[in-house]
Order: sequence, then structure tokens, then C-alpha cells
Amino acid sequence: MRGRTHATWAAGAVAAALVATACGGGGGSSGDTAAVLSSSWGDPQNPLEPANTNEVQGGKVLDMIFRGLKRYNPDTGEAEDMLAESIKTSDSQNFTVTVKDGWTFSNGEPVTARSFVDAWNYGASLRNNQRNAYFFGYIEGYDKVHPESGGKQTADTLSGLRVTGERTFTVRLAQKFSTFPDTLGYPAYAPLPRAFFDDHDAWLSKPVGNGPYAVESYIKGSQMSLRAWDAYPGDDKAQNGGVDLKVYTDNNTAYTDLLAGNLDLADDIPAAQLRNVRQDLGDRYLNTPAGIIQTLAFPYYDAAWDKPGMDKVRKGLSRAINREQITRTIFQKTRTPATDWTSPVLGVDGGFKEGLCGEWCRYDAAAAKKLIQEGGGLPGGQVRITFNADTGSHKQWVDAVCNSINNALGNDRACVSSPVGTFADFRNQISERKLVGPFRAGWQMDYPLIQNFLQPLYYTNASSNDGKWSNQQFDDLVDRANAESDTATAVRTFQQAEEVVRDNMAAIPLWYQNGSAGYSQRLSDVKLNPFSVPVYDQIKVS
Amino acid sequence: MGRYVVRRLLQMVPVFIGATLLIFLMVNVMGDPIAGLCGERECDPATAARLRQEFGLDKPVWQQYLTYMGNLFTGDFGTAFNGQPVTELMGSAFPVTVRLTLVAILFEIVIGVTLGVVTGLHRGRPVDTGVLLLTLVVISVPTFVTGLLLQLLLGVEWGWIKPSVSSEARFDELIVPGLVLASVSLAYVTRLTRTSIAENRRSDYVRTAVAKGLPRHRVITRHLLRNSLIPVVTFIGTDIGALMGGAIVTERIFNIHGVGYQLYQGILRQNTQTVVGFVTVLVLVFLIANLLVDLLYAVLDPRIRYV
Repeated sequence: MRGRTHATWAAGAVAAALVATACGGGGGSSGDTAAVLSSSWGDPQNPLEPANTNEVQGGKVLDMIFRGLKRYNPDTGEAEDMLAESIKTSDSQNFTVTVKDGWTFSNGEPVTARSFVDAWNYGASLRNNQRNAYFFGYIEGYDKVHPESGGKQTADTLSGLRVTGERTFTVRLAQKFSTFPDTLGYPAYAPLPRAFFDDHDAWLSKPVGNGPYAVESYIKGSQMSLRAWDAYPGDDKAQNGGVDLKVYTDNNTAYTDLLAGNLDLADDIPAAQLRNVRQDLGDRYLNTPAGIIQTLAFPYYDAAWDKPGMDKVRKGLSRAINREQITRTIFQKTRTPATDWTSPVLGVDGGFKEGLCGEWCRYDAAAAKKLIQEGGGLPGGQVRITFNADTGSHKQWVDAVCNSINNALGNDRACVSSPVGTFADFRNQISERKLVGPFRAGWQMDYPLIQNFLQPLYYTNASSNDGKWSNQQFDDLVDRANAESDTATAVRTFQQAEEVVRDNMAAIPLWYQNGSAGYSQRLSDVKLNPFSVPVYDQIKVS
Repeated sequence: MGRYVVRRLLQMVPVFIGATLLIFLMVNVMGDPIAGLCGERECDPATAARLRQEFGLDKPVWQQYLTYMGNLFTGDFGTAFNGQPVTELMGSAFPVTVRLTLVAILFEIVIGVTLGVVTGLHRGRPVDTGVLLLTLVVISVPTFVTGLLLQLLLGVEWGWIKPSVSSEARFDELIVPGLVLASVSLAYVTRLTRTSIAENRRSDYVRTAVAKGLPRHRVITRHLLRNSLIPVVTFIGTDIGALMGGAIVTERIFNIHGVGYQLYQGILRQNTQTVVGFVTVLVLVFLIANLLVDLLYAVLDPRIRYV
């Protein structure tokens, strides 16, 4: 009897405790431009500085607190003047930049030509360990401030940058690069206030920029509160009072929080929820194209993959992959089968050409089998597709791709998946050239230019040419395209280079990736930009 | 007693060194962490070399370990890849996990021991069978299933709690995660207590106590329970370390930014400093908890003496 009372007391305590936690829910506010929304976030991998941020989560913040010379239109992806009054050139190599008048940082300091030049010099200097330093590699003098391998740094500033007035500076590039101004919307080119250089640690713990939002508080690893900056001079003023970015360790939890009304915006819908998301959220679910393409790269340093005739094997593998079926069943149509090596967000004028891949990207089991036989068969009789298993749903699609290849070739062991535990280890094996077969090579664009989809990935010894593919004809075409001052001609030349990639099947294009997001009933006007980041300043809160 | 404690503390030194060395080697075997720092592209060699130098990765492993241990004695746990000192990460993560562990342990003691006593005293009755069945279910269902289920039911369907814990991680927010974390151990505590109680109920000293005419609650709490708690205390003591280190699943489900979260991040990014630092502290927690358990025996059973 007494025992039972103990038990009921304990159970009662649990019940009471459960009820107690129920209070304390977020009180809904009705103010429109003053209302704050909450959004899911991931912990940035590197210190939060413009030239040190190379992943989406840190980039999200930079996009809110910084405005550069150019800005990519959230709808079209086109590079438009932001702080730039003009960027003039007569030879595609020397540029004169004039900064607009009346812009300040949120601490009141004016944005001048020096704010840019100092920031770029800081970003380029080897001394500062900036992960994105190579973005300044086009500017003359980069090899002095950032000697590539082992050399001693012989200069502190880029010789190609010169401040010529309060609001003007000149840029001299090491080679012709006609679309250089269009790259200046990338966050690495953001201006920096003096506070950044004077007290770096203080700046890192509470970054100060010149964008529509200012950082109110930042608890590393858990939350950043951004508030609309009232004195923001731009015409893209924030339509809401601010954004609270909350760090989630698991996007499933973020999604659950969204369903429970505890979160306003989740910008990464977990693959496992794609099946229910339309039913859960209705038209509050976004699924829009982003500048991301997934491909399979090959190790060209391995003689087995570089011998003559292997392009037939690669084309055969490409034809053995049923892209339609995989994007439909595994990705629930959040991916679109790729028919070229760029992305639809570029638009036709920007260089996207649907169907450029032609028959080589169309599924045909018989043709695939024939091609691979003509090319001399798979090296060692089997391909191993390597990928990192820690993030994304890579395992699912790699298995599906292998299944598709095995079915097409009528051989259970033609393709196997080869997972690597962590992303770091995966990158490790790539840089040490340890891979023996095709491997995952996703590419998220830095800026919406066809150049960015081709040069870093396929130019000889380029920064992301992981398979070490090298082709003189391709390199020449890219050089010619970069020197071209007429944009339309440049784009056409880049497409010719892309045809070289196709004829050699340098990498197998798989699918274009969409950005996905879901939001609560409080929000309206939510959309994703071509980088699959929500356009926070346009979101309205009711 | 004093000599015993000193001896135990001295024994901790080799265990501590061995454990940290093992973890250090294991993380190092995973390869070069700098490779993952520049995203989907290789870091340029110059930057990579400087980063390696900054994090001390350019030296041989044994030298890295010696430097690390040397720094450890001055309280320097190194720096994580995002530029934060590891001590700062610990300062934010450990209090949260300690709170979560406290809640879990409290559940184990209160619910586990109570249920154990009740079932132990009523062996074979419906209460006993019911609780036994219940513990069997709890033990056989994985924690993440219990966690996700409770989160979905209480958080989304009924709206009693918030599905995720805020960054402050207050005690009231940690009740459900704590219960989830405790669930399996709780079932074990119940079963351990039950067996122990049932066994000791028929012992001579209990019969004597009853014969002396002591009130029933005094017989149970002072005589029966005290002697039956020794295995339970051992279990709970070692469980403290297991709960703190093993909270990864629970912390992930409820978005708690504690030790599990930091360890997970550290392993994904192959951040030796974070992983080794956190594991070092966890090893210390394990060792001290074990020592306390051993000392507690003497309190529970005066026949056990440490000389």
C-alpha cells in the first residue's frame, strides 16, 4: 500500500513537471516592420570574416550584414551595382571603381575606397590565413602577398590596388578578365570598417558591417540575433524587425520545431521529410532552383582512367544512370536531371544551355553497355564511387546510381559504393590522389557566371579540378572567353569550352539541385536566392 | 581512509595519460583535418601550411602530444578550428550537460529506486509483473525512438513542451530530454534494486529488525534499502560518466548544445583539440565518479573499511 503511494507520487511529479514546461511559449507579436522572425542556422566552420567564409551558413550572415560593390539580384541572379557608382575599363584588365556617396557602416563610419582596398589586402595576405584568399588571385601582385608554395611573403599589399581618391580606386589584374566586375558581388569582396583592424577579436565576437541588418548579440555555437539597422542607406531596407538565427545540430529538429510553431523559417528540409512536406506545409514549402550541380568526377592521375578510349567508358557510365528515376524516387523532385554542366539559374543569356549534353546524358541501357565495351570495359572490371557519408543523403543516391549502372550492364558487381566517414577525410583522399574510381563532386557556385561552373573545375590545375583533368583546347577557349570584352561572345566561347568537356565526358553531370525551405504562417514574401539562401530583408512578418 | 584515497588518486595518473594518448592517436589516424577546412576545394598550399602551423599539425604526433599535455597543465586546451578556445567551448557545453545529467540521475534515483523497492516488496504480484514488462520495453526500444516519439507527441501533437531546448537550457526545459536520456538506465536501476531488495528481504537482519518491532518504513529505509543499494550505487556512479559522454543522441534530438554536440562537431571536423579536450575532462569525471562510488560503500556498509 505504502509502496503504491510512492509510485503515484513519482508519476505525479513527472506529470506536473511536464505541464510546467508547457508555459513559456513565444508570445506572438503583431507589429509588422518591428517583428522579429526566427530562422534555422548551422554553426559556421571558420571564423566569421568575409574572406574567411566559404560555406552557406557563414555566408548567410555576411549577406545580411554586408553590401559590396555589386549584388546578385535575388530573383534573376544578375550582378547589379550596389555600392558601385561605376566600374570602368577599356581593356578588361585595368578597372576604375567609384564608390557611391552616403554609405556608412552601422557604427557610423563612412564607406570609402579605402574600406575596400584595406579589406582586399587583408583577405589576400598569406599572414591572415584567409580561406578565400584565392579570390584575390586575379589582382596583380597576388603572388607577392600570397606566394603559393613555400615562398616568403615579400609584400603586405596588392600592387594592383591603388586608392586614387576618397571614393575611387583602381584595380589592375594580372591578366584580362572581362567579367571581373560581375564577381564582385561575392561576400569575400565586402568592405571592412576600421574597427575590424583596430580590435579584431572584438569585431569577431560582434561583427560590424554595412548591410540592412546589424548584429545585436552573438552567442557562438547557439544563436545570433540580428536587428534591422534603421539608418541603412540602401533601397533594400529590411521589411522586418530582425532575424534570430538559431543553431540546429540536426535539420530534423529544426523541421519539428517549425511544425510545432517554435521556429519561423527552416531553410533545409531533411530528405526524410520530403515525402510529407507538402502535406505538412502546403504552399509554405519552397522548392526553387539553386546554383548547385552534382557531378561524378574521375581520377585522371590514374593511368587506367586516362588512357585513350576511356571517354567512351565515361559516356557509357553516363548513359547507364537513370537520372529521371533517381531524382523522382530519392529526391522527390528536389533535383532536376542535368543536361549540361552549368545550372538553370544562369538563364539562357548567362550560359545555361539545356540539352548541351545531348544523348550522352540520356538513359539507354543497351547503348551504355555497347559504349563501355567499345572503350575497353571498366578498369579492373568494376567502378567504385567514393563519397563522404557524414552529410547530405549522399549514400542514398550513390547506391541508386550504382544500382542503375548494375542493372543497365546486367552485372551485379559493376558498381559499388565506397563511403568515407567524414568530409575532411574525403577531401584528404582527394588531395592525396588516393581515389581509384569516380567520386562525388558537388559544386555550389560562388557567383552566377558560366565561368564559375567551368574554370575552377576543369581548367588545368584549377583550385577545384580534383580529378586533375587537363585539356589544352579547353584551356585556350577559357582564356579566350575571359579576354573577350563582349559578354555575349564571352558566354558563347565558354559554351564552346563546355562542349570540349562534353566530348571528353570530363565529369558526368547528374542533376541540378534545388534549394528548399519551409516557413510558418506568420511569414509572407519568403523566397530563396540563387544561392539557396532565404532573402531575409524581404520577408514580411505579421 | 586518507591513504586509500591518495593511492586511488595516484592510480588515476597512468589511466589518464593512457586514455588521452589513445584518443589523441585515434583522432590523428583519421588524416589531415585541414583538407576539410576549405570546403569543396583544396586549400592553397601556402594557406594550408600556415593553418597546419597554427594548430601545431606540422609536427610529429609524439611531439604534438607532448606539447598538448604540457599546455594542459597550464590550463590551455588549444583552439578549435573556428577560432574559439576549447576552454570557452567547455565553459558553454559542460554546464548544460551537467544539468541534463543531473536531471537524468535524479529520475534514475527517484523513479528507478522507488519502482525497484515497490516491485521488490511485491514480487510476483501484478505491480511487479507490470513494471518488469515496462522496463523490458524501455530497455529494448532504442533511445532515439523514445526521444523522437516523445518529441513528436509532447512537442508537436499536444504542444505541452517545445520540441527543442533553447540555448540557455533551463532545468524545466531539460525534464523530457533528461527522462529520455535516463530511460534505459532507469530500467536497469529498477531491476537491480528489485533483485537486491527481494534477496535481502529474507535475510537475518531484516527478520531481526521486524522482530524488534520497528515500524515498517524504518525497516525498509534503514535496514533493507541501505544494504540493497550497494550494486545500485555502483551502477549509478559509473552511469554518470556514461550519461555525460553518451548524451549525443539525446542532445541531437532536442538540439541541446552540450558535450555531445561539441564532440560530434569535433569528430566531424576532425578537430583534435576539441575531441581530446572534451574526452580528457570526461575521463576525469569517470575516474572521480568511480572513486566516490568506492568511498560510498563504506557509508552504506560499515563492514567495508579502507585502510
